[in-house]
Amino acid sequence: MAYSDKVIDHYTNPRNVGTLDKSKNNVGTGLVGAPECGDVMRLQIEVDSNNVITDAKFKTFGCGSAIASSSLATEWLKGKSIDDAITIDNMDIVEELALPPVKIHCSVLAEDAIKAAINDYRVKNGLAPIESEKSHH
Amino acid sequence: MKIPVYLDNNATTPMDPRVLEAMLPYFTEKFGNAASRNHAFGWAAEEGVDYAREQVAQLIGANEKEIIFTSGATEGDNLGIKGVFEMYQDKGNHIITCTTEHKAVLDTCKHLEKQGARVTYLDVKSDGLIDLKELEAAMTPQTILVCIMYGNNEIGVIQPVKEIAAIAHKHGALFMTDGTQAVGKIPVNVDTDGIDLMAFTGHKMYGPKGVGALYVRRKNPRVKVTAQMDGGGHERGMRSGTLNVAGIVGFGKAAEICRLEMDSEAKRLSALRNKLQSSLLELEESYVNGNVENRLPHVANISFKYVEGEGLMMAMKDLAVSSGSACTSASLEPSYVLKSLGLSDDLAHSSIRFGLGRFTTEEEVDYAIEVTKKAVNHLRDLSPLWEMFKEGIDLDKVEWVEH
Repeated sequence: MAYSDKVIDHYTNPRNVGTLDKSKNNVGTGLVGAPECGDVMRLQIEVDSNNVITDAKFKTFGCGSAIASSSLATEWLKGKSIDDAITIDNMDIVEELALPPVKIHCSVLAEDAIKAAINDYRVKNGLAPIESEKSHH
Repeated sequence: MKIPVYLDNNATTPMDPRVLEAMLPYFTEKFGNAASRNHAFGWAAEEGVDYAREQVAQLIGANEKEIIFTSGATEGDNLGIKGVFEMYQDKGNHIITCTTEHKAVLDTCKHLEKQGARVTYLDVKSDGLIDLKELEAAMTPQTILVCIMYGNNEIGVIQPVKEIAAIAHKHGALFMTDGTQAVGKIPVNVDTDGIDLMAFTGHKMYGPKGVGALYVRRKNPRVKVTAQMDGGGHERGMRSGTLNVAGIVGFGKAAEICRLEMDSEAKRLSALRNKLQSSLLELEESYVNGNVENRLPHVANISFKYVEGEGLMMAMKDLAVSSGSACTSASLEPSYVLKSLGLSDDLAHSSIRFGLGRFTTEEEVDYAIEVTKKAVNHLRDLSPLWEMFKEGIDLDKVEWVEH
């Protein structure tokens, strides 16, 4: 299966690989997937007092498309407000990376990771988690 | 050194140029139908086929009359298993095989289950070998066939074929083996091994694709299989269809080269394979899958924990290898062979099969070591699991959010 140039670019030069201090109150962490499924994504965001994401980091265990999806997600998250970030849809990732149907689950996982990170941040700061309106499961 | 480097010789092998040379006249000059008995064109083709039949028979210590040419090992597996089931129905309906067989065997057995066969699928031990006591216990008076592969295609382990044959025969059953990965690589002898039927193929031993053989024993006992294709009654009535003369000639030449060069080739390849393996095991948390003593000389299947196989292969794009991860398939299921060894899904996902071959050089192996180490380290830098492992977190105790 041939990967798109954008997937190869993100895979070869992943953006924002790393770890934020998950104990900090302004850091939200999303850990989704499972080793036995062959995909685990950890996505972290750091949020300022205006609810704007100032930093985003990821680490991913998975195929090239999973790594590219999470790398792209961190790029998109930086500078976005929490409210805008929550609207990122997996199909936006599919389109940007030209993922084939068999790799759509990678984008779903990235969307789940974004929502999980935002909710982790919300819960830490006394806000109710946002329920996902659609279920991919 | 040419890039990419091919280390997937269990999937298929390049054809030896000597094989191609032997085949060429049979496309244009000696194009006759080997079944045309009344003119020189047919005779020339028949002569080529007869010679090849001897070459193939000699490689496995058989008589040339015991070689039935097929389109490949899948057809051989189908013909052998279905043919025995139909031919020996009066005697019984029980077949014994094992869970790590190729799909050509497993799916054929599943097909026969719908036709009234009872099939026992033996588990394998964690080293990939079957337990002979379990085989013994599974034998019944209705058992007509024991079908266990010679060498495994994913991990390269060699089953104790002689012992398996002895148990089958003691209980009056036939012994068939899928010899696809073993024939031409290690000494296989149908008499000393006690093999009654064996499927194998040309393209795994530097011959052409689309041609293989089913060995069917003629003496002690005389074995018969019911034909699965009706037609002109070629191949002693067991496999109709105009013979693939050029392919068969190539298969024969490939068999001859394997017979003559096997010893030196196996020595060279196992030394290279051992170098590759020991270098890669220098990486932390890497493991060889399958029994390392009873193993084909050119295969190493290694799991690199905390990295995912398909992602790893992408970082090794200049190396043609195969992964136990099935991230590309719709099922997302990792290799059933590795799972049969008791490997957890994550380790199965993290496995790479390296298959060396006749044309693999030491320079290529050194390159493979360098590329693989770099790729594993790159992916571990990206892996949250590796970070958690390094922090001492027990990954089995994490509550994963499956998707």
